[in-house]
Amino acid sequence: MSAIRFFIPRDVAALAVGADAVATALQSALAARGMEAEIVRTGSRGMFWLEPLLEVQTPAGRIGYGPVQPGDIQALLDAGLLAGGAHPLRIGRPEDHPFLAAQTRLTFARCGIVDPLSLEDYQAHGGLRGLSRALSLGPAATIAEVVASGLRGRGGAGFPTGIKWQTVAATQAAQKYIVCNADEGDSGTFADRMMMEGDPFCLIEGMVIAGLAVGATRAFIYSRSEYPHANATMRAAIDAATRAGLLGPDVFGSGREFTLELRVGAGAYVCGEETALLESLEGKRGMVRAKPPLPAHHGLFGKPTVINNLISLATIPAILADGAKAYAEFGMGRSRGTMPVQLAGNIRHGGLYETGFGVTLGELVMDIGGGTATGRPVRAVQAGGPLGAYFPPSLFDTPYDYEAFTARDGLIGHGGLVVFDDSVDMAAMARFAMEFCAIESCGKCTPCRIGAVRGREVIERIMDGERVAANTALLEDLCETMRAGSLCALGGFTPYPVLSALRHFPEDFASPAKEPATWA
Amino acid sequence: MGSNPAGQSANWDAGIAAGIIAAHAATQGAALPILHALQETFGHVPAQAVPMVAEALGVTRADMHGIVTFYHDFRAEPAGRHVLRLCRAEACQSMGGAGLAQALLARLGIGWGETTAEGGLTVDPVYCLGLCACAPAALLDGAPLGRLDATRLDAAIAECVA
Repeated sequence: MSAIRFFIPRDVAALAVGADAVATALQSALAARGMEAEIVRTGSRGMFWLEPLLEVQTPAGRIGYGPVQPGDIQALLDAGLLAGGAHPLRIGRPEDHPFLAAQTRLTFARCGIVDPLSLEDYQAHGGLRGLSRALSLGPAATIAEVVASGLRGRGGAGFPTGIKWQTVAATQAAQKYIVCNADEGDSGTFADRMMMEGDPFCLIEGMVIAGLAVGATRAFIYSRSEYPHANATMRAAIDAATRAGLLGPDVFGSGREFTLELRVGAGAYVCGEETALLESLEGKRGMVRAKPPLPAHHGLFGKPTVINNLISLATIPAILADGAKAYAEFGMGRSRGTMPVQLAGNIRHGGLYETGFGVTLGELVMDIGGGTATGRPVRAVQAGGPLGAYFPPSLFDTPYDYEAFTARDGLIGHGGLVVFDDSVDMAAMARFAMEFCAIESCGKCTPCRIGAVRGREVIERIMDGERVAANTALLEDLCETMRAGSLCALGGFTPYPVLSALRHFPEDFASPAKEPATWA
Repeated sequence: MGSNPAGQSANWDAGIAAGIIAAHAATQGAALPILHALQETFGHVPAQAVPMVAEALGVTRADMHGIVTFYHDFRAEPAGRHVLRLCRAEACQSMGGAGLAQALLARLGIGWGETTAEGGLTVDPVYCLGLCACAPAALLDGAPLGRLDATRLDAAIAECVA
């Protein structure tokens, strides 16, 4: 008889709430009962309020229990855990849970299900189908598929991925590069991290497809020092893929070379900007480059370079496996396919929710996310990281779509949504946006380097009630200068959180009682 | 980085540093890999190593100093025996992270980036650990902590400040 199989995530968010202790408790409780079992450490399903989520293989499928603490293990075993027995923590089959059942998991199809470091498991769950099809299509038709899918950069800029590939493919050079931007620094985002920890071969497959399509033989993943667990898993996956011949001098028996290396940043947020990232990879300070020239023409070490967000690259295998048309059928307008939305902050059901574009912000926060974790009213949602706008509930009808968010002076960015309850001080959040920009500015352009420091000072004066009207006008003028005059999105988009806080929550800035009478 | 407690770090040794630098001779864009390796070994990037790296990479000492100091991770001095990287970003703020951090720093009598008097614990700010759905969050010597409150945080660092 085959051993019983359990599944417990090794995702760092599950570890942060005790997954290792649960695995240890389960192991010793089973040993004490003389039972043999295998505990597979998976990625996370992305339902973080249920972590640590313990699953057991039964004839009816995998049955989940969560959130499990080590002290629950004896009671779970007594309740018939091995057969999926009833218990207050039982959630049934995870894929039937409303949070997962309503999703469209294309990019994250395997995350939380497979052993992230088993290539066998990867292939058994549809892995490498995309690469096989790309090899039979050839480079030009592969790129045509990516163009036809409508995939746009998931890092936030939303530039069509296939057009980048076309440009690099059409540029002649002895050496070309693929660079994966995994510098996921936006607060409220964790999709890149989950992919590296839960399905790293998917990213590798996407990068190999990119390399074969544009004629690049070397590739880098630029990750973060804040992600030590993801980096360890990613490195192990690269080693396993190299041993299996998926990477190396003869990829998948194609006769083509493709090598991949993981590099780790050093705590500089601005290196998430693609040109700063390339500078950092070259061993320099992460200073933003002026564009043009585009990285597609003059990228890493001056060579033509495809630099794509991790989620863009990890979506490629699904697009190639089932065809561009199947992918483009999801979404709305010019936003095709799915987006792994990350529900974060003060939210009851926090996690990763992959869905076709077009769902509204309110549906995501209230219906799917369940409102706040604290149970207080939602007051603001920051969409798209520290450079994204704060949305009040009155804008919850905004469809999740690149253009619809832009029309409301916001951005979807890398897909993060950070929810705040009514205890938030929005003037303090605006001040933090400027403070963060000042800390992280690379210093190359004046509007960002100086503007962020002055912006923080002006907000503090407003908060102190000093010449509120005049300083508010000054702040708006400064934001306009930063928006129009900065070299990159750090200085250029910091006005989004500041101005949205000012526009939608003016009551948090006004303290007229402190206004000196002579200035009234 | 803080993934290795500084208490396990080696003392300065020019030979060890030269070996680390030489091991990256064939690496393209080797500055960050070398600096990470130096900090992993010595617990910081020793000032004596900076000109050695500059020479190996063919850049001026001034440029190398600029690179080392650009990145928040690289320390000029060793950290305490334990390192807490406590998240200050928005998602953690939404769950009371700012108050949690201020109370901790006040209790320890230190500011951001500082080390407790007896050298037990350094508290570094970090801007997002990707643990935004189980905020507030931190890494203690590289081990993740989520859904933090004062009780859980105090229990986690109890041995570091004992």
